[in-house]
Amino acid sequence: MKDLKKLIRYNKLWNYLFMIIGLLATMLGLILLCALMVDLAVDGAPRLSYKFLTSFPSRFPEEAGILSAWVGSFLLLLVTALAAIPLGIAAGIYLEEYGKKNWLTDIIEINIVNLAGVPSIVYGLLALGLFVYFLKFGESILTGGLTLALLILPMVIMATREAIRAIPNLIREASYALGATKWQTVQWHIIPYSTGGILTGIIIGLSRAIGETAPIITVGALTFIAFLPTSPISMDFPFVSFKWLMDPFTIMPIQMFNWVSRPQKEFQLNAAAAGIILMVMTLLMNGLAIYIRYRFRKKIKW
Amino acid sequence: MVNSTLKSEVRNLNFHYGDLHALKNINLPIERRKVTALIGPSGCGKTTFLRCFNRMHDLYPHNRYGGEIILYPDGINIVSPEIDPIEIRMQISMVFQKPNPFPKSIYENVAYGLRVRGIKKKQILDEKVEKSLRGAALWEEVKDRLYDPAFELSGGQQQRLCIARALATDPRILLFDEPTSALDPTATSRIEALIVELKKEVTIIIVTHNMQQAARVSDYTAFMYLGELIEFDNTDKIFTTPANRLTEEYITGRFG
Repeated sequence: MKDLKKLIRYNKLWNYLFMIIGLLATMLGLILLCALMVDLAVDGAPRLSYKFLTSFPSRFPEEAGILSAWVGSFLLLLVTALAAIPLGIAAGIYLEEYGKKNWLTDIIEINIVNLAGVPSIVYGLLALGLFVYFLKFGESILTGGLTLALLILPMVIMATREAIRAIPNLIREASYALGATKWQTVQWHIIPYSTGGILTGIIIGLSRAIGETAPIITVGALTFIAFLPTSPISMDFPFVSFKWLMDPFTIMPIQMFNWVSRPQKEFQLNAAAAGIILMVMTLLMNGLAIYIRYRFRKKIKW
Repeated sequence: MVNSTLKSEVRNLNFHYGDLHALKNINLPIERRKVTALIGPSGCGKTTFLRCFNRMHDLYPHNRYGGEIILYPDGINIVSPEIDPIEIRMQISMVFQKPNPFPKSIYENVAYGLRVRGIKKKQILDEKVEKSLRGAALWEEVKDRLYDPAFELSGGQQQRLCIARALATDPRILLFDEPTSALDPTATSRIEALIVELKKEVTIIIVTHNMQQAARVSDYTAFMYLGELIEFDNTDKIFTTPANRLTEEYITGRFG
């Protein structure tokens, strides 16, 4: 009896030990993240102001702002989303619902998984050759956006496939049994029921794209821009202009990099302030992804 | 040759899953507006057989049909490769083993088959939805919440909703694949009563591994074993004086 109690005590000791190790491991990540954010906030917060958001970069640190950078980031993401979302969803649906399972789809599958792991700078090189030199899009917003679209395309495809796979086969059979074609089934069931998962994947992809720097530098984004792209809305017919697609641009991380590499301390504070904004944007996007997933999960039950 | 009471006739039906010969030379008449039950131990091919009637096997690769399932009165061969499976599924509905309503409203579930057929008029949809829900003995329970999500219904109600969904397109044959295996006894007896009611309007084929169920609801019973049709006769005959020893052993519970 006594031995048994001793044994249990001994066994439980290891249990507690692991609990502590696990807790420490969990906390380490969180603490580092918090420390980073506090550090950024302490440095950058005093520089945050309306003027910071609405000013162009400048030689004088106290006058410099991130207007061209966040507008650039926003437009770039817009192009990225418009290019990557339809392509990625269409590819994902094709692979899951239409593609026959054979060696060709196996190869495509392996490639997509691998593409998601390719270093982003490699995408930059590809885009430099394809968009800048071959298709002559120049060092433009279009080029940058399409580059990031390539980068997140595998993520969108994989998110789409995961979301589609979560739909039970019984639902498909119910639809087909009523005489539906593949497209009717995809249109009325597969897409609506996987929207939550797909959106989540897209937003996570975009929140990665917003922080990407290397491929954008590779395709030749400028580091100092004191003007905005052409307005997409004009007073003259046809009132909508796509000239902005061909305009040069900069983005938030490049602006930060530019400031960090200056010797003056004040510019470094600007970089911290821009960092806060970038981080808030990313966190907001991730928060939105979690919210959307929650909403859709609640609506759909199998 | 064509008997006017026949809805369908299975002639030398063979079915292969890849290399597996799952159905072997099956011959069977399906009487119009009667319930034909398919019974047999697990793996005997009864569900495989049922799924030939609406060409569900076409959804998956490496499946092959042989022989004929003739659908009367037009005399088309359901399993012929020249016949589009969608054409078949438009005329032959199916109710599955587990209730599988779409995660949409009750109304949309029933209207789905009609929408597939391009029917958009609200008035026609409304009428058909009500008629089908009445036909599936569900109308009284759901008429005030047609636009609520279907998954809020109980399991038995969900299965009756699936029956309403299958009825909405006026099928010529209604297939049931063990429709009560996921339901409690009360829900089961309601579905069984419904099947007996439905046969006044539509020809029914039901797969069941519950022999009492087959005895209660069906007019004809086919006993299958290892992909072969062992015996087919009036249900009364099968359950009282089966001709085949295997049938007798199965219905008396000596194997299965």
